[in-house]
Amino acid sequence: MTSKSAIAIDKARAEGRAALIGYLPAGYPSVEETIAAGIALARNGADLIEIGIPYSDPVMDGPVIQAATTEALANGFHVRQVFDVVAGITAETDAAVLVMTYWNPVIRMGVDEFSRRLAEAGGAGLITPDLIPDEAADWMEASDKYGLDRVFLVAPSSSTERMRRTVEASRGFVYAVSIMGVTGARSSVSTAAKGVVAAAKEAGAERVCVGLGVSNADQVAEIAAYADGVIVGTALVSAIRDGGVDAVASLTKDLSAGLTRK
Amino acid sequence: MAEAPTAGSDEGSVDAFLQGGASLRHAPGPYFGSYGGRWMPESLIAALDELEDTFEKAKADPEFTAQIADLNKNYSGRPSLLTEAKRFAEHAGGVRIFLKREDLNHTGSHKINNVLGQALLAKRMGKTRVIAETGAGQHGVASATAAALLGLECVVYMGAEDCRRQALNVARMELLGATVIPVTNGSQTLKDAINEALRDWVANVGNTHYLLGTAAGAHPFPAMVRYFHEVIGEEARAQILDQTGRLPDAVCACIGGGSNAIGIFHGFLDDASVKIYGFEAGGDGVETGRHAATITLGRPGVLHGARSYLMQDDDGQTIESHSISAGLDYPGVGPEHSYLADIGRVSYEPITDSEAMEAFRLLCRTEGIIPAIESSHALAGAIKVGQRLAAEEAAAGNASDKIVIVNLSGRGDKDVATAAEWFDLLEKDSAEAAIGKEGEQL
Repeated sequence: MTSKSAIAIDKARAEGRAALIGYLPAGYPSVEETIAAGIALARNGADLIEIGIPYSDPVMDGPVIQAATTEALANGFHVRQVFDVVAGITAETDAAVLVMTYWNPVIRMGVDEFSRRLAEAGGAGLITPDLIPDEAADWMEASDKYGLDRVFLVAPSSSTERMRRTVEASRGFVYAVSIMGVTGARSSVSTAAKGVVAAAKEAGAERVCVGLGVSNADQVAEIAAYADGVIVGTALVSAIRDGGVDAVASLTKDLSAGLTRK
Repeated sequence: MAEAPTAGSDEGSVDAFLQGGASLRHAPGPYFGSYGGRWMPESLIAALDELEDTFEKAKADPEFTAQIADLNKNYSGRPSLLTEAKRFAEHAGGVRIFLKREDLNHTGSHKINNVLGQALLAKRMGKTRVIAETGAGQHGVASATAAALLGLECVVYMGAEDCRRQALNVARMELLGATVIPVTNGSQTLKDAINEALRDWVANVGNTHYLLGTAAGAHPFPAMVRYFHEVIGEEARAQILDQTGRLPDAVCACIGGGSNAIGIFHGFLDDASVKIYGFEAGGDGVETGRHAATITLGRPGVLHGARSYLMQDDDGQTIESHSISAGLDYPGVGPEHSYLADIGRVSYEPITDSEAMEAFRLLCRTEGIIPAIESSHALAGAIKVGQRLAAEEAAAGNASDKIVIVNLSGRGDKDVATAAEWFDLLEKDSAEAAIGKEGEQL
């Protein structure tokens, strides 16, 4: 099965670099601005884009993303609007666009219905922070039916056996959590990240991308040396909060410079 | 062994299930029918596995079970009494009502059963720190108590609004050596305190145990928390047989997350003749939307690690719950209750704030016992159940000799300010009136 995420990562690899993956919460500060910022991400060096669905109980997110998604919900964001965001970005760019979502909103809409609409909007797949393969039977079926990527997370705490099962269940890439913690910029990247990537590769992963705590070009360069992709979230959310779409464009340009630094 | 009944099956099949020799009492998880499971970040799965493994070994270890029995007896004051409430029962159609007195436990509620068990497990895992969430502060106080007793560091997450309204409980936790962290994000309520505790746990899982306060959450929490509360039902069953020579006709408990309820239900789940009732917080009335009647009006979904009934909107966003009782003010419910509701073994019904407060006052005046407002929901429910049972007996031309057990899960000392305001007992400009007013807004 072809994978939009894998194609995007492999294209970067063919250029001799890691892929850059940028996160934005849908509807923050508005649906239109999320689309504009997503396009800016793609045009300034991001290979994949991760669009988060604002959720009432985001247990894996730190204060910056929590504040943004809480505001999006207060402004009346509805889950179905994430498909408008995905369609708006894929219409204008070649970036692979994934949706990052806690699982209950998907269950509420129906896993099949959600998947069908995501595929129709041109989406690449889902990143699922609180869904482990053990509970994902419906999603395995729907993602096969609609050709969507299944990006599960692996962590420094994952056992060898869980690493193997999670890698096996994933499609597109595996999301390596760099540290034991929640989203948020950190001054240094945990030394655990390199070990998680190595363990995922050992378990058979073809593509492993690292996220959590990455906020600047130096950190991007450090991770790009051993991972297939680098995921930046909180720093981009701070950028759109403080400087709008222009700030997202300029930060993305900075970050992408780190991809090719030796 | 009989097949487990499926969702939506009627009560008849539950009878068949029980008569087939299968037991509902020791459901091990991770699944209760289609509920339960582990809807959690991968980062925490290793910790859940470690906890499950430690718990399973501890249950089979006579040293551990002896430790629990010793603490229950010599620290908590178990067995708790089973008290017949004769004057109260006069308002319930003339049935006999017995109160399981969890209010007499050390710290004043059933919560102590669970915290002692989990704190001992934390020690067995070599963890030096426990974290907990709390709404009104009862579980936080119990956690701080267990941590003090066993020499563990304790951090309690509590919604900022609740900290302000329950300033005395914050002081109690701090007196016991705990650190209380006000939670200012989201809706600043119990569910947000749980979210914040989970974030802490992800970051500190190496030395920290999350001492979850109710029979909800990811496996093994629902089955494990039930295990530590099973003593309630086992004692109650033996006590009623001893005092009356027979099983009760009905057992009643209040349901927030559902830990006191699953504890007492456990004793009677396999007794097909015993009707079992869970009373949810109906708040201002289920028709107003301001309630916490999760099973009555919720839909299945996932929150805080388990699939269960959930108060949620059409987008799957959690809806804020409302109840005068902070301990029942939670938009989710333990997964085993969702299963017991679907198979028809337990009936779940809402009780409004007003009904609960009337029962609260009635117990105070007829029995000299001030109940927790949480437990008052079970008392109000027992009045309805008693009247129904008596009416059925009258229709059949029998004299009523029905027996109802109510789990009196906690004492109401913590609720005096709220109750005084509710019943307008305070001088208008007194400091107590100000506290009561805030309490009433729970």
